[in-house]
Amino acid sequence: MKPLDVLIVGAGIVGSSVARECALLGWRVGVVTGGTLAGSSTVAGMGHVVVMDDSPAQLALTAYSQSVWRELVPQLPKVTEYEQCGTIWVAADHDEMAEVQARHEVYARGGLETRVLSASDLAAAEPNLRSGLAGGLLVPADGVIYQPAAAAYFLHQAQQHGAEIFPLRATAAAHGVLRLADGTSLAAPRIVLAVGAECELLPAMQIQRRKGHLVISDRYPGFLRHQLVELGYLKSAHKVAEDSVAFNIQPRQTGQLLIGSSRQYGNSDSEIETAIMQRMIDRALDYMPGLRNVSILRAWTGSRAATPDKLPLIGPAKGLADDDTLWLAAGFEGLGITNAPGAARLLVNAMVGRASAIDATPYLPARLNAGAAVAYA
Amino acid sequence: MSPPSTTDVLVVGAGPAGIAAATAAAEHGRKVIVLDDNRKPGGQIWRDSSVIASPARSASGSRKQRAIDRLQRSGATLLSGHTVFSASASGQLETLRELATGSFAERFRFEQLILATGARERFLPFPGWTLPGVFGVGGLQALVRAGYSVAGKRIIVAGTGPLLLAVAAHLSHDGANVVAVIEQAALSSLIPFAASLWRQPSKLLQGAQYRASLSSASYRTAAWVAEAIPATDGRSLSAVRITDGKRTWTEPCDLLACGYHLVPNTELAELIGCTLQRGFVQVDEQQRTSVPNVFCAGEPTGIAGLEAALLQGEIAGRACAGVATASLRSRANKEQAFARGLARAFALRPELRQLPQPGTIVCRCEDVAFANLQHPSGWADIKLQTRCGMGPCQARVCGPAVEFLLGSKPSSVRQPLYPVPLHALTATTEHAPEPFKVEPESIHKVEETA
Ligand SMILES: Cc1cc2nc3c(=O)[nH]c(=O)nc-3n(C[C@H](O)[C@H](O)[C@H](O)COP(=O)(O)OP(=O)(O)OC[C@H]3O[C@@H](n4cnc5c(N)ncnc54)[C@H](O)[C@@H]3O)c2cc1C
Ligand SMILES: Cc1cc2nc3c(=O)[nH]c(=O)nc-3n(C[C@H](O)[C@H](O)[C@H](O)COP(=O)(O)OP(=O)(O)OC[C@H]3O[C@@H](n4cnc5c(N)ncnc54)[C@H](O)[C@@H]3O)c2cc1C
Repeated sequence: MKPLDVLIVGAGIVGSSVARECALLGWRVGVVTGGTLAGSSTVAGMGHVVVMDDSPAQLALTAYSQSVWRELVPQLPKVTEYEQCGTIWVAADHDEMAEVQARHEVYARGGLETRVLSASDLAAAEPNLRSGLAGGLLVPADGVIYQPAAAAYFLHQAQQHGAEIFPLRATAAAHGVLRLADGTSLAAPRIVLAVGAECELLPAMQIQRRKGHLVISDRYPGFLRHQLVELGYLKSAHKVAEDSVAFNIQPRQTGQLLIGSSRQYGNSDSEIETAIMQRMIDRALDYMPGLRNVSILRAWTGSRAATPDKLPLIGPAKGLADDDTLWLAAGFEGLGITNAPGAARLLVNAMVGRASAIDATPYLPARLNAGAAVAYA
Repeated sequence: MSPPSTTDVLVVGAGPAGIAAATAAAEHGRKVIVLDDNRKPGGQIWRDSSVIASPARSASGSRKQRAIDRLQRSGATLLSGHTVFSASASGQLETLRELATGSFAERFRFEQLILATGARERFLPFPGWTLPGVFGVGGLQALVRAGYSVAGKRIIVAGTGPLLLAVAAHLSHDGANVVAVIEQAALSSLIPFAASLWRQPSKLLQGAQYRASLSSASYRTAAWVAEAIPATDGRSLSAVRITDGKRTWTEPCDLLACGYHLVPNTELAELIGCTLQRGFVQVDEQQRTSVPNVFCAGEPTGIAGLEAALLQGEIAGRACAGVATASLRSRANKEQAFARGLARAFALRPELRQLPQPGTIVCRCEDVAFANLQHPSGWADIKLQTRCGMGPCQARVCGPAVEFLLGSKPSSVRQPLYPVPLHALTATTEHAPEPFKVEPESIHKVEETA
């Protein structure tokens, strides 16, 4: 058997994307994954492919990744349900409207098209929003995907290019050797940890879990046209210590409504917590009173993998581990679905020494090591 | 959500088990509330006044009446039309009630909980099972009780379990022409079971009565429905294809009632964290589950029928009141032995796994065909990749079928257990109904009269 060129631990949306890119290089790829997708963040997330401008580095990565998604769209199978529905950031009052204007300019500087919506534009675009809202910012290029199917598709493509799957947990990774739960080992000159929020293999990744709740409705085609997010979302997403909720609702291709979202730190169980779910729903009802009688089929939780600075870890583990074989693609917080295909390209380019379309420095894992502080925006 | 109602003992399910449990607990001085999602008490078997075929019908009708009368005299409060959809914290659960003015969420707090949530039919997919004119066995019976006329219709009753004969007798009493009863179990596996009935004369008598009232129908064992064939009008069937594995033949009919025995409703028990054993809620001699102060009685602990449900209910009710239960135990154990015999006798034959064709729908909510389920890993991935089990029924229908076909078990149970309007999941009180109040339509509490 030809030796492996790379081992990837984890087959969530990130591991699958990396496996696909590596397999397309002609490499022999091994994917080690703890079992089924169930339990991973990938099956729990919302699937909003969204450009976010909370920092220049985040804007660059999300915009780049979104362009990769759009490039992939023609080949995505129907089950991935990709829909370029656009996002509307909803402004509740005049202060938030001022922010809309500011963000419009930030996006424009990044070469991204957005449209400022007046109160009446907003009402026309989404008639089920309550009246009295100030307006919004439409980002037409944003989309929605059914990411469990997308991850399965990427993995399947990798397999078609020869990737082999090892359905086992990895218990240790060092110097080109991966130890598996059944006592065997695998070897490759590169090991990529695409482990989501699980940092047992490398605790220096400093990832914390941020739990989120979601609920999904029965089918109401036409009730909602865009993904709607309250403009206050960024504020709530940035709160580090407190639990927070924000209005965030997504139209699924099935006509279903996916309603979020909440953020809680330091809570790693998957139980539904009534109190925070109620706050989240009250928030949604405040923006969209018509949701009151929408029939809810299921509620669930998931965890986001948060790094101290909210940016993902993409690149060599250098600085966190004294090990040239170890590479990271993890810590994607609430943007891993969006960022997976872009991150996979950055990582593979770094592994083969090829230049990338965007500057990869801000995402280098070494930045977490105070001693080896990397300058970035 | 309105302020919670508080009670000593909360019983979920007003079938025989729940009624017996509530009566026993209330008669021994506990404050009891019984919640049931139907408009009327009685569960699957006692729901309507007309139960099964005469003369069993009148006998069981009066038995039901006596049980409900006794429940009313016991002082227990029966709240019909309440669907339990979540248990948001220990010692409390939430219900949804549909009224003409809207739906309302209410919260109940309790010291002890008795789960008597019964069972539902198991459906197995075969070509044509989703056609108009194909019903569940219990499903068709329920329709008839609700007024659907089967008079003069040619009906085939098929699947497995003791329900087939009971329902066939019922349908034939209501004027249907039951042309055949098709039981997949082999006669050889039914014989030991029938023999055990000798020790249970009441059950034997019941069986004989069913059989007698079905004089014109043919009763075939070791045979099963391979396909349902639609009529040209698209609203009924023209025939079904029946097979015994070697030979296949066509039997003309208008309707098919097909069900493969029962599966327990264990979702609420699972949500609360009760341990299951081989698919049933694990209970001790006093019907205690693994969760403190939570009891379970009736079908969720084993598909054992009416007598077991009544006995287990009474044991659970007494246990809640701290009253001795030993005197009931040996009879209850005998009924449980009967349940084990049932399960053996009506075990599903492997040939049934071959029935679905690639295009046969398995998940009706999400239109998932059998071919889509040929996925390498467990249920969670099947569900995620195909949407099988993600619809409004949350795998209540397709879950047991998928488990039988592919050997993988449906995954997690979550709140809400049933689809509920969004407002039911919040603390919002804006449109909440008046504080907990009895609804004349759905309340059957009677003053303590003789
Ligand atoms: C409520 C919620 C909403 C979200 N909404 C969005 C959104 O709208 N848009 C967006 O872009 N993102 C969203 N996200 C974030 C997104 O879901 C995640 O960032 C993304 O799924 C991360 O993918 P991943 O592959 O890194 O991790 P995961 O999907 O968690 O995959 C990691 C895999 O690695 C495996 N693994 C870990 N350790 C080992 C080991 N030692 N051995 C073997 N296998 C191992 C795990 O079993 C798992 O399968 C949301 C997240 C949540 C919780
Ligand atoms: C479709 C069907 C038809 C049947 N027909 C017959 C028949 O004709 N003859 C016969 O001998 N046996 C029949 N049986 C079997 C019979 O139901 C049992 O033998 C016996 O009734 C068991 O009693 P139980 O109290 O355990 O359950 P059940 O009688 O099923 O009572 C359970 C009750 O709890 C309610 N409930 C469940 N979950 C909730 C919830 N979350 N919130 C509120 N209420 C809830 C149910 O609606 C039901 O009213 C049938 C079973 C089924 C499933």
